[in-house]
Amino acid sequence: MDTIIIDGMAFALPLFIAAIGAIYCERSGIVNLAIEGFMGVGAFCGALAVVLTNNIFPAGGLISFIIALISAVAGATLFSLIHALLCIKFKANQTISGVVMNLLALAMTTFLTRQINAAVFGMPSSKLELGITLKFNIPILCDIPIIGAFFKEVYIFNIVIIIVAILMWYVLYHRKFGVHLRACGDNPHAVAACGIEVSKTRVWAIMVSGALSGIAGLAFAYSIYATFSSNFYVGYGYLSIAAMIFGNWKIVPTLFACLIFGFARSFGYSLSGLLGLASTFSDLTMTLPYILTLLLLVFFSKNNQMPKALGEVYDKSKR
Amino acid sequence: MKKLIIPLVSLLLSLLAGVVVILIIGKNPITAYQNLLQGSGLLPKPSYAGYKSMFTDFMVFLNTLTPMIFAALAVVVAFKSGLFNIGVSSQMLLAGFTATVLIGYSPLNGWIAKPLVIIIGIVVGAALAGLIGYLKYKFNINEVVSSIMLNYIVQYVISFFINTSFIDVVSRQSKNINPEASLTLKNVEIAGLKMDIPIGFLIAIIAIIIVGFVLNHTKFGYEIMTVGKSKEAATYAGINVGPTLVKAMLLSGALAGLAGVTYYLGLNWSIRPRILPSVGFDAIAVALFGNISAFGSFLASFVVTIITKGSAYMSSISKVPAEIASVITALILLCSASGAYFKFKKGGF
Repeated sequence: MDTIIIDGMAFALPLFIAAIGAIYCERSGIVNLAIEGFMGVGAFCGALAVVLTNNIFPAGGLISFIIALISAVAGATLFSLIHALLCIKFKANQTISGVVMNLLALAMTTFLTRQINAAVFGMPSSKLELGITLKFNIPILCDIPIIGAFFKEVYIFNIVIIIVAILMWYVLYHRKFGVHLRACGDNPHAVAACGIEVSKTRVWAIMVSGALSGIAGLAFAYSIYATFSSNFYVGYGYLSIAAMIFGNWKIVPTLFACLIFGFARSFGYSLSGLLGLASTFSDLTMTLPYILTLLLLVFFSKNNQMPKALGEVYDKSKR
Repeated sequence: MKKLIIPLVSLLLSLLAGVVVILIIGKNPITAYQNLLQGSGLLPKPSYAGYKSMFTDFMVFLNTLTPMIFAALAVVVAFKSGLFNIGVSSQMLLAGFTATVLIGYSPLNGWIAKPLVIIIGIVVGAALAGLIGYLKYKFNINEVVSSIMLNYIVQYVISFFINTSFIDVVSRQSKNINPEASLTLKNVEIAGLKMDIPIGFLIAIIAIIIVGFVLNHTKFGYEIMTVGKSKEAATYAGINVGPTLVKAMLLSGALAGLAGVTYYLGLNWSIRPRILPSVGFDAIAVALFGNISAFGSFLASFVVTIITKGSAYMSSISKVPAEIASVITALILLCSASGAYFKFKKGGF
């Protein structure tokens, strides 16, 4: 029971923070399928920083964690600027740009991991070994039966993600910037008429999604996976986009979608063990989160409404 | 001709970027690119093993190319209707698996088995993609989400069946199919050469012509394109948007199914559990590189397959890492995605 909750949270929260990034981007009117690529680049930059500074600040320590976090956020944000350049300056089809970003991220990180491993460590491995970052029990709370598991073996990432998520929720719904951003996604021309630069707001939104995906990518690499290999994150970016659409482009419902994914996944992993079935049956129990999602969507999708100007190229002269 | 300029410039720029990268890691870019063409059977290699020649290499290349063409066409058809079919991979897998189990493991004669394999591929692929279209039409479920969920479900469920019933203990893949059912004739001896003959490639050429014709010259194609451009306009024009979307997905899925059977009962003869074919995802990019058109998909598949197929030979001969191939491919796509900007600029003048 404890492991289901611990693993579920460790999977759901990174997914959630990436989904918040996607919400920022799409609410501003830019389609973002590139979350996966941003996650990959973030994880790669963070992992690289850990490996390179391993001699001075041993992996698993607090300083190593902070360095990794900063590198991941910086790397992913820089990378996300390419998406901004393509979507806003070059007026590319945003769906296309997103897919291409994912391909580019995968190709680049695979290539660089191999080259750097060969050049710096003298062995052409396709992985960066990270180990597992800090985790701790929160005193008193972790002794409560059952719910106590939420406070046991908490990865330091979970704390960071929760703080950032609350901050992001506050900015999106209660600050001027958030209001402008959401307006850009529904009626950019009205926003422009108010004297606010649509393109600038959208670039910020894309950079936020880059930064948050960077955290998510590193969180996966530095906790449950303990390594960076070029394709460990494949599928998670799209999963977080699915969570966002499931949550109707709103932050709180998206959190529930992520929690469903996380817990259904960790439950599915241990279900075949609990039922005493052969390990091959885990393939069937693993489908649980996805079947559940499809069923829920059948009942709850009727009123789903995407941002009105999502995916439209903003053209000042078209007002 | 105008349509060709952007893809060609993109290709050129990316190859130049590739030259720079290859120079940085201290290798010769000209031999590296030569190796790409040699590996794809478009330039002669210095020496060949018995029964092999440039022509046999080229046939292997066509064999690899075939599923890519079908998959790219599948993406094109869905894209024209405004849908993003990210589930091509699972449609391929389900079609390939069903055909493998029903026909691939049966002792049927080739003349009966091959057409059945093709029909099953079309039907199964269309059914799965049609389901995605139907969910969109009836329940307003975003096609990206349902495709991704189905990708996972199909992948795990098929892995379960392979692991429990059809596993080959040595290769850890499903058991090889009966060669009679294969859409590629392997090791056929002709004129002193042993070659692979991909029957699927001929079907792919026919499919390109049919898809091009349907999209550009039929009422159905016109409806698809109108729905893709503007749902409101289509409704005003009296087109039933929902059913058109479902039909577009059925066609897209049928093509994805063909990609699946040519991949699993042609190029390969077995299925690896828990893996979705990457062809289905690469095809998205290839279709985009090909300007989202039927003939463009063919050209784009051709170019991208040269790079992916040739990269193995390149890395074994001149020790240029094979990963560079995917970097170049990604750059090509990046450039051609930015191409819209230059079109836009021209229009302004």
